[in-house]
Parts: sequence; structure tokens; C-alpha cells
Amino acid sequence: MYRYDEFDASFVNQRTEQFKDQVRRRLAGELSEDEFKPLRLMNGLYLQLHAYMLRVAIPYGTLNGRQMRKLAHIARTYDKGYGHFTTRQNIQFNWPKLEDTPKILEELAEVEMHAIQTSGNCIRNVTADHFAGAAADEIADPRPYAEILRQWSSLHPEFSFLPRKFKIAITGAPNDRAAVQVHDIGLQLTRNDEGEIGFVVYVGGGLGRTPMIGRKVRDYLPEEDLLAYSEAILRVYNRYGRRDNKYKARIKILVHETGLEELKADIEEEFEKIRFGVLRLPDEEVRRIEAYFAPPPLEVGPSASEAVESRRNADAAFAQFLAHNLNPHRVPGYTSVTLSMKPIGGIPGDASDAQMEVIADLAEQYGHDEIRISHEQNVILPHVKLDDVPAIYDRLSAAEIAEGNAGLITDIIACPGMDYCALATARSIPVAQRISERFGTAERQAEIGELKIKISGCINACGHHHVGHIGILGLEKKGEEFYQVTLGGSANENASIGEIVGRGFSSEEVIDAIEKLVDTYLGLRSGKEETFLDAYRRVGEAPFKEALYGAA
Amino acid sequence: MKVITANRLLNGDVVWLGENGSWVERITLARTFDGKDQVAEGLAIGQEAEKNQEVVSVYEMDVTLEDGVIVPVRLRERIRAAGPTTHPQFGKQAQAVSA
Repeated sequence: MYRYDEFDASFVNQRTEQFKDQVRRRLAGELSEDEFKPLRLMNGLYLQLHAYMLRVAIPYGTLNGRQMRKLAHIARTYDKGYGHFTTRQNIQFNWPKLEDTPKILEELAEVEMHAIQTSGNCIRNVTADHFAGAAADEIADPRPYAEILRQWSSLHPEFSFLPRKFKIAITGAPNDRAAVQVHDIGLQLTRNDEGEIGFVVYVGGGLGRTPMIGRKVRDYLPEEDLLAYSEAILRVYNRYGRRDNKYKARIKILVHETGLEELKADIEEEFEKIRFGVLRLPDEEVRRIEAYFAPPPLEVGPSASEAVESRRNADAAFAQFLAHNLNPHRVPGYTSVTLSMKPIGGIPGDASDAQMEVIADLAEQYGHDEIRISHEQNVILPHVKLDDVPAIYDRLSAAEIAEGNAGLITDIIACPGMDYCALATARSIPVAQRISERFGTAERQAEIGELKIKISGCINACGHHHVGHIGILGLEKKGEEFYQVTLGGSANENASIGEIVGRGFSSEEVIDAIEKLVDTYLGLRSGKEETFLDAYRRVGEAPFKEALYGAA
Repeated sequence: MKVITANRLLNGDVVWLGENGSWVERITLARTFDGKDQVAEGLAIGQEAEKNQEVVSVYEMDVTLEDGVIVPVRLRERIRAAGPTTHPQFGKQAQAVSA
């Protein structure tokens, strides 16, 4: 794992000291709220419906047991005993007191954590495939590049006051699990004919009120040009991005309004000016960073485990877990295990302090001390010996995070919605809970197969509803919650934006509507192998529309 | 009918303007305001409290009386006055039970 060098340690400590002083000045009346608000936001501190909310960065979703224990400690000591994993692989605490936040940041700094780049109009925490460094289908581990981008972007003076926030995601595998095409910059690792590593580069993807799939601006960007090219994109955006209208300020609007060819030319022109300058990545520096992410020593073992197989036949819940929550590892005898933070009827992404401690224990005991947070709000132990899966499963069961539902209909992404968020127009979590309860039996989930439901409680789309196979957007209509349904979205390598299927539904109606959609799919699929998304893409919206609203 | 609401600066708690410029933790104890002039007066008290580092994010919100008890009109404010609907053990609803 990446360890802070002296620069990281000193700037995180400096930032903590600065914030401590800013809070002191705020409480002393030396800073007004208008002056203080941008400062607290730069340190991840929001004011939500019931309380302040602190968002802590987990760069590219990677952390170790010690860090997870610290998060548990913070949840227990300064909050109400739980935290919430977000769609940017971060964690939020929902109830911290302003007066406690300097102390919390100090505690985080002790374990090389902070809340920088979790808010504000800067380059946000870079996200990556949660199976990075472990997945069998991977070209290379994307995290060294994510870390290089982090070092370049952290407190970047030129890019601290962008027109709007800026999000970068990177994947090292052809199967995109990091949703790179719906990010401001999306990077997909690739190799050229000579076998050298480079990046496919997408620009201008994003969700929110104007969802767009990123446009490809480079088929192959050499490794050494990663920072110079990123800087060129940011410079063009910083210069031409709209500042007159907050809702038109993201780079996707610039791409849309300027046109891809002109913008590409602007980026290339800027790139030519700086590509041989200080941002050119020296090979030895990339290799130095890469060494931090060196895989743990893993002994090749048999690709099937007797302990696992014998229990598979005797234990249906365990079999369900095996079928859905293990991802193929590049080393035979190993697997990556998804810990479901989506218990049936539970709150997507919430973890109690006790659950966090269990996760830390398991990572230390069985997982080479590595933990990942996925943008789908689950937790992953990336390097686990197959033989250890039964023991891990038992511990997860006791902690109620062993549901075998990864990728299934109850593995729902949901934003905090109006239960917490000051921006929300409707609740998200209760809808997720009711869907989870409706479809929650093991048999029914398995029968339906892969189906990604994503729920946002407002148009800002933190719950990624646009890229849900079924997306649900909560709005307010005449003082009542009201849910709009989209179909056919996807955030993988074949990304698409879902389409609104028709008029929306009341809170009472929406779960039945989802069930009609699911039943319609089950009735028309060509076979069990045809997923909901595949079926939708084959037949289009008509049968689903008819099921919801009757024949036209 | 309106009340004035805010969050306490120190801990973020939801509060409403009560009698005599106090900030109360229960919406049922809030002072109600009718008409533009009264609301403006309430907001002015709120802004003063903001300047004195008591509260932040002051605004007015619609309420009605149900059996003589003040109830927010909008769901957002009902959730704000009670706590997350998904976590009945947290927020003001929990304090109400334990009180």
C-alpha cells in the first residue's frame, strides 16, 4: 500500500493545523459563515439536514486494517456509531460536531488519512476499480497511476478554483468496474502494439442534471504523458469552462458546447506546450510509486478448494455467497471477496463501528491487510485464499454483512436522500429498503440475476440513477415524494444513459412498478443468461412501458 | 404561518426561534410568525444570532397547527424536525422517546 512520504505527512499536518485555527476563528467570531463555509468545505465538512457531515477521503478506495479501525473509533467516539460508504469510495460521518472536527482530522492524520479533495471545486479524490491489483482480467494495477494523479492534483494551486468540481476515475481492466465513462476524465489502461502501457482517455462524462457519456479523446496516451495530458485538459477546462452558471460549469457542458474536435485540438495544443516539461513522468518515478502497490506474496494454490466445495453443497446461503460475492483473482488459489453492505432491508453503504472492526480483523487475519471500498458501496477483501473463504463467511454472517447479493437486485446504490441531505427532494434509502425486502429471498434474487438498481434523491444524481439498469430519481411534486424511473442505463465499458420510461410514481406505487418491470423482464428474456440490461437492449422499452401504463 | 429555523453553529443541531430570541430544540416550542412584517422581524433576530455565532443557515419555513401543535408543512422539514426516517433511534425523535 502507498505510505505517506515526508511531503504528504507535512501537508496533511499543516492542513489540520490550519483548519483547527479556522474553527477557532469561526467560533471566536473572527470569521463569518460566508467566509468559513468554503474553508470547511475544503476539509470535507458540510452542513446537512440534522447536523454537520464529514466526508473522509479514501484515495482510490484502498485502506488497511489500522485505518479501518480508526474509522470505527471515529464513528464510536465522535459520531453515533456508524459511517456511510459513498459512491466515490469515501466514507461519511453524519453527526460530527463542528467543535470536534479538528480533533477528528488530527486522529485521521495519525493513520495517513484526511478529508482533502472530498468537496469543493477542485480535482476530487481519484477513484479506481475496487478489484485493482487482484482481478484476473486486469492489464495492470491502476492505483499507481491514481496515486500519481493524487500527488499531482492535491492542493494544485492552479486547479483549486475550477469552474466546478472535477472527477477522475481509472480502471486497469477491460471490464470497467470504475464507471470511467461517466467521469470528467476517465482512464482505461491499455497496451500498444509494442506491449507498452498507456491509457484510453475519455473526457466530459458525468451524471447530475445533464448526464453524458464521456467522449474518447485519445486511443492511446503513453504512460509518460499522463500528467502533462491531464494538465492540458484541466487548463483548457479552467480557461473555457463556464463560470456564469453553476449548472453548466462541468467540463461535459464545455465538450458539448464547444464540440469534440475543437476541444480536442485545444487540449492537444496545450499538451504540445508542456509535454516535454516538468510533468513528463520519469520511468523510475512510476516504478518507485508502483513498488508501494507491489502485490502481497501469494502462493499459487489449487484453483478449487475442498473446504469450499464440500460446504457449497451443504449450505445454500454459502453457495449463494460463493456464486455472487467472489471475483476471479489473477493468482490461482485466491479470490477477491465482496462484503455486502446491503443486508436485506438495510441501508445501502452503512457500516457500524463493530462491523468496521470485523472488517479490519478479517483483512489483517486473512487478507494481507488490504481493504477496498467500491463505488457500489460495498467492501472488498481483494486477496483472500480460497481455503479461508468459509471462515471469513462465518465471521461476516455473525456481523450481518454476508448477504450473497453482489450485483443482484438488492445490491442497490442509494444516495443518503432526504433522510440526511440538504439538497435532496425525496428519500432514497427507504425506497432501497423496500425493494430489498420485496425481492430479498435468495431464490428470487438468484432467479432474476444481474440487475443494478440505482437510486438518487435529487437531480444531482449521487446515487448514479442514470446508469442503473433500472434507475430511480426521487423528486418532489405538489409537496409529495415522486419517483421517476429510467431503464437501460449502464456504467461499464458499454456505458449508456437510462431513458425515462414514462410518468413517475408515488412513494406507494414505485415498488409495485419495479416489480412489474422485473416480471416483464422474466417473462420475455430469451434465457437465464440474458440479463435485464441485455433483454432491454434487445426488445426496447415498449413491453416495459406497456406493463407499467397499459397499451397505448 | 411560519417559524424561523437554523442549525446551532457549535454542533449543527436543528433549532427554531422561540420566545425572547431563544433557540429551542423542539419545533412545538417555536414562536410562530404571521405575515411579511412579522417574518421579517423573525429573520432579523435570526441574522443577529448568526452574527453572534449562535446559529447558521437561518431561514423561514411553513408550518400549520394540528390540534394546536406546530407541524411543518414540507416533508423535508418534518424529517428535519424528527430525524432520519430510516434511523428512529437517532435525532430528535429519539430524544422525544427517552425524555
